Amino acid sequence: MTTHPDEVRENPEAFPAAPAQPVEPRPAAVVPPAGRPGPATADWADGPDTVPRAADTPGELQPYADLGLRDDEYERIRQILDRRPTQAELAMYSIMWSEHCSYKSSKVHLRQFGEKAPPSDRLLAGIGENAGVVQVSDELAVTFKVESHNHPSFVEPYQGAATGVGGIVRDILAMGARPVAVMDPLRFGAADHPDTARVLPGVVAGVGGYGNCLGLPNIGGEVVFDPCYQGNPLVNALCLGVLPVDRLQNKAAAGPGNVVVLMGARTGRDGIGGVSVLASATFDEGSEQRRPSVQVGDPFMEKLLIEACLELYDARLVVGIQDLGGAGLTCALTETAAAAGTGMRVWLERVPLREASMEPHEILASESQERMLLVVEPEKLEAVLKTAEKWGVWATAIGEVTPPAPDGQPGRLLITWRDQLVVDVPPGSLVDDGPVYARPMREPADLILLQADRAETLPRPADPEALRETVLRMISSPNLADKTWVTEQYDRYVLGNTVLAQPEDSGVIRIDERTGLGVALSVDGNGRYARLDPYHGTKLALAEAYRNVAVTGAKPIAVTNCLNFGSPEDPGVMWQFAEAVRGLADGCAELGIPVTGGNVSFYNQTGAAPIHPTPVVGVLGVLDDVADRVPMGFVARPGGEHDQIFLLGETHVELSGSEWAWVTHEHLGGVPPQVDLARERLLADLLAEAARVGHLSSAHDLSDGGLAQSLVESCLRRGVGARIGVPERFDGGSMPFVYLFSESAGRVLVSVPRGHEKAFTALCAERGVPFELIGVTDPSGGALEVHGQFRIGLDELRAAHGGTLPRLFGGVGVVEVPAPATGVAGAVEAVPLPVADSAGMTPVGPSTVAAEPIASAAPVPPTGAVEPVAPAEAATPAEQPAAEAAGSSAPGPGDTEPGQR
Amino acid sequence: MTARVGVVTFPGSLDDGDATRAVRIAGAEPVRLWHGDPQLHGVDAVVLPGGFSYGDYLRCGAIARFAPVMQTIVDAARGGLPVLGICNGFQILCEAHLLPGALTRNQHLHFRNRDQALRIESAGTAWTNAFQPGQEVLIPVKNGEGCYVADTATLDQLEAEGRVVARYVGGNPNGSQRDIAAITNPAGNVVGIMPHPEHAVEALTGPSLDGLGFFTSVLKHLVGAPA
Repeated sequence: MTTHPDEVRENPEAFPAAPAQPVEPRPAAVVPPAGRPGPATADWADGPDTVPRAADTPGELQPYADLGLRDDEYERIRQILDRRPTQAELAMYSIMWSEHCSYKSSKVHLRQFGEKAPPSDRLLAGIGENAGVVQVSDELAVTFKVESHNHPSFVEPYQGAATGVGGIVRDILAMGARPVAVMDPLRFGAADHPDTARVLPGVVAGVGGYGNCLGLPNIGGEVVFDPCYQGNPLVNALCLGVLPVDRLQNKAAAGPGNVVVLMGARTGRDGIGGVSVLASATFDEGSEQRRPSVQVGDPFMEKLLIEACLELYDARLVVGIQDLGGAGLTCALTETAAAAGTGMRVWLERVPLREASMEPHEILASESQERMLLVVEPEKLEAVLKTAEKWGVWATAIGEVTPPAPDGQPGRLLITWRDQLVVDVPPGSLVDDGPVYARPMREPADLILLQADRAETLPRPADPEALRETVLRMISSPNLADKTWVTEQYDRYVLGNTVLAQPEDSGVIRIDERTGLGVALSVDGNGRYARLDPYHGTKLALAEAYRNVAVTGAKPIAVTNCLNFGSPEDPGVMWQFAEAVRGLADGCAELGIPVTGGNVSFYNQTGAAPIHPTPVVGVLGVLDDVADRVPMGFVARPGGEHDQIFLLGETHVELSGSEWAWVTHEHLGGVPPQVDLARERLLADLLAEAARVGHLSSAHDLSDGGLAQSLVESCLRRGVGARIGVPERFDGGSMPFVYLFSESAGRVLVSVPRGHEKAFTALCAERGVPFELIGVTDPSGGALEVHGQFRIGLDELRAAHGGTLPRLFGGVGVVEVPAPATGVAGAVEAVPLPVADSAGMTPVGPSTVAAEPIASAAPVPPTGAVEPVAPAEAATPAEQPAAEAAGSSAPGPGDTEPGQR
Repeated sequence: MTARVGVVTFPGSLDDGDATRAVRIAGAEPVRLWHGDPQLHGVDAVVLPGGFSYGDYLRCGAIARFAPVMQTIVDAARGGLPVLGICNGFQILCEAHLLPGALTRNQHLHFRNRDQALRIESAGTAWTNAFQPGQEVLIPVKNGEGCYVADTATLDQLEAEGRVVARYVGGNPNGSQRDIAAITNPAGNVVGIMPHPEHAVEALTGPSLDGLGFFTSVLKHLVGAPA
């Protein structure tokens, strides 16, 4: 690093970032393979294992199996090279042919995304690039992608999560885009498990620590708890970027004679992974100390890297660019060369190191963060180095692009280490010629029994009192509870273009201040549904993300995904994976939107127990003018007018896989709700049109927790109550419960201002979307009332909904604070941290449903704590901000926001 | 003539673009200033924006204080140049001894981002004259190290001289002593504030428009200021 205070003080003009190796005398010509270094050293502990030495010692045993290579894979490498690989080459093949880099188990299935993809004239870059790029206007394109960083986050939650964010941000940057937002779908073990208290706070702090420091607003995501993730949390990270269409970058190392530049952080021994086997197989005891650790992130360096890259793009100074992520330099060198069909000559000793003793194979395998590989025309090199210097990042010319072979064959990648040739490979053999497996698949044996065990037969609450308690219990259960404790640790304001952020259904980002053009993004997944039926469960995840984008008024146009599964060597898992991919590919074809990229994460299991198959699907939509966006919360109108509340879509008795079955019965069985993507599409079209013409005050998706959850969230968002009636066909017995807690797909809760209802319902009828008037907003009532069933004050709802996470993961209270004057700001902070009846709080766990009141277990703070909380509905307008400030990212007071009519 | 308001970019500044936008919306001409360039390019006022200057790895603002541009700004501020330090900018102003006290780790040890109610305690500064004393405003707060601390004598002096510019109301987000959210120097031209007025200047993206007042105030101040 170069930004030491002394240097700043004394050298105001320039950071001394200068290249470690002045770019001096690049050899005039490529070192021909013939010009090899001298004879191999007799004992390679004295020097690296060179190509000539490998040729001379064909019988030397190599630890390929320990590196994860199979016998036949190792044999293939020998065939490709026509000799045994050197130590460095073996390291490179083992990483590039790993599941993580080669997608060897998933490739045969993922092809469907391309084959079934609907035609799209918006797609500027698709699968196979660092991230998909979609054109959204004549001048602008967006790029987005979600990736996993599951295992590192379990080992070291903070750094694992932080570097997960860093990695996906560099993917987006490599496409030529400025990263403008992040989202994080997170899954943890049981909320009350002691290890969750270790993992979750670290992961959340890591996501926040890195993203906040990069200046990227975090606009949404998921926080899900399920015991199946206990030994294997899922930390997925999504990044969104924006670029002018003509700034699109690619990774091809085109143009023989061009210079290969490594820019960013110096290379250390972090994240070397399995390659450490090479060290320990060869070196003495001391090699233990060389063992790599989880990568450590430096967001400040990444921020500088972003600014430097963008400046280079705008000045048209780079020919090709690739980020260094998994597989580090190995991946970047081989992919850039393979993409262009060129060769490359690299002087490895020029790579700036954090530890001088690093061996060639370690440098090639290191996953040190915050590095990019650039391909630059020689005459522009100086300008590139100058830009790097301005931003205080290292930039070093480490090699040069060489021509393809005279016969038209792709060039070779030659790497020397202190004048000794340690790598001589065809780059394409590492990138494209990796093994591909059609692994055995078999439907899990227990699936039939699991599907037969339906939740629709479980005992349900059947009287108003029980229903009331169920509502309170559900909204305070960890998966449905308010996630402010998490999202408050993320900066959602930075860059000043966040129009909607969590807890809204989608994040909405303005990408053009002049025109108001913006995009909406949502990521969703439901492991329980996918466990019960991976094909339909994946379609349901797609449908939910699609609907979440649609409720904002945006038009969904593209899909990304992160497929989190157990071991592909388990035929049951492989079957789940194949079904999920088929579901997503079919679903995207039905919706007419392409998959633009994604990520597969296998081996998410502890021992023999895999996680639930967890496909996480991200959908991106476009809003021509973000001022038209529709928020999720009911709106208070001046003059106290009531909006009419409609439920769009149809409600069936669908409780299997539901949050209710899990929370109240710890039950998982049956088949998930039906999914009809043609109807989802109709619904989305209707919402976009209704938003455009101003029929909607609010729109909120129904998913986990059903109608009850959506009503509560829409009420609490701005502190506006509602009065709801249960339709006749849901009258009687447990049917009101079904109405409130069924998780039927394809449904949306909307509120429509007076004067718009006729036009709105006519539009619904015309589009063939079922609708039903179910109630009115009630700004002065201060409660959610379901006629004939229950009435719950907003303060009671808020205490139940908001208290759970602070109670589980530590209070947010601050000492020395004068007693809060009003609202929930007080509510949250007034909750005594050691909760007296915390045992009763445990929200999962079987319990009788209807009969006895669960009042004692209801997650309202102990009586003493409720008292100081002034009822929110009593708050005067002046006090309202405080109430909202604590509750969530609620919009401010007054209803001055454009777009609300 | 439009006032020219400089916005400094340090390596690691994050809200410099937002501050620039706020200056523009307020009706002034934003001028980007670079940390390594000691010139102020004739600006009439300066905003030190939020972020993590130089990564804030040593202590927030401790390195930025030595940036070439800061040498010039410190001198100019002592001569009356209006300077607003927001979040990291506030930390830098404290490190540069233009303001007393320090900003330390939030008491609850978490980064926190929420819409925060503030009471404007002093409308007599270059950056708050558009407000009424006692007026409550809603502005996002987002920081990990925003807990204002000073010794009792300093706190008493700030109170006595009316130099507490804004206080948190409805809950203190970081444990700041006496709920202090913003303070000023004795002359009233240098203000440090932990919450982010630049994030409350557009109805579409902010919780209110209350932040705009900080930027219009300085324009008013400049018009009234003797040349």
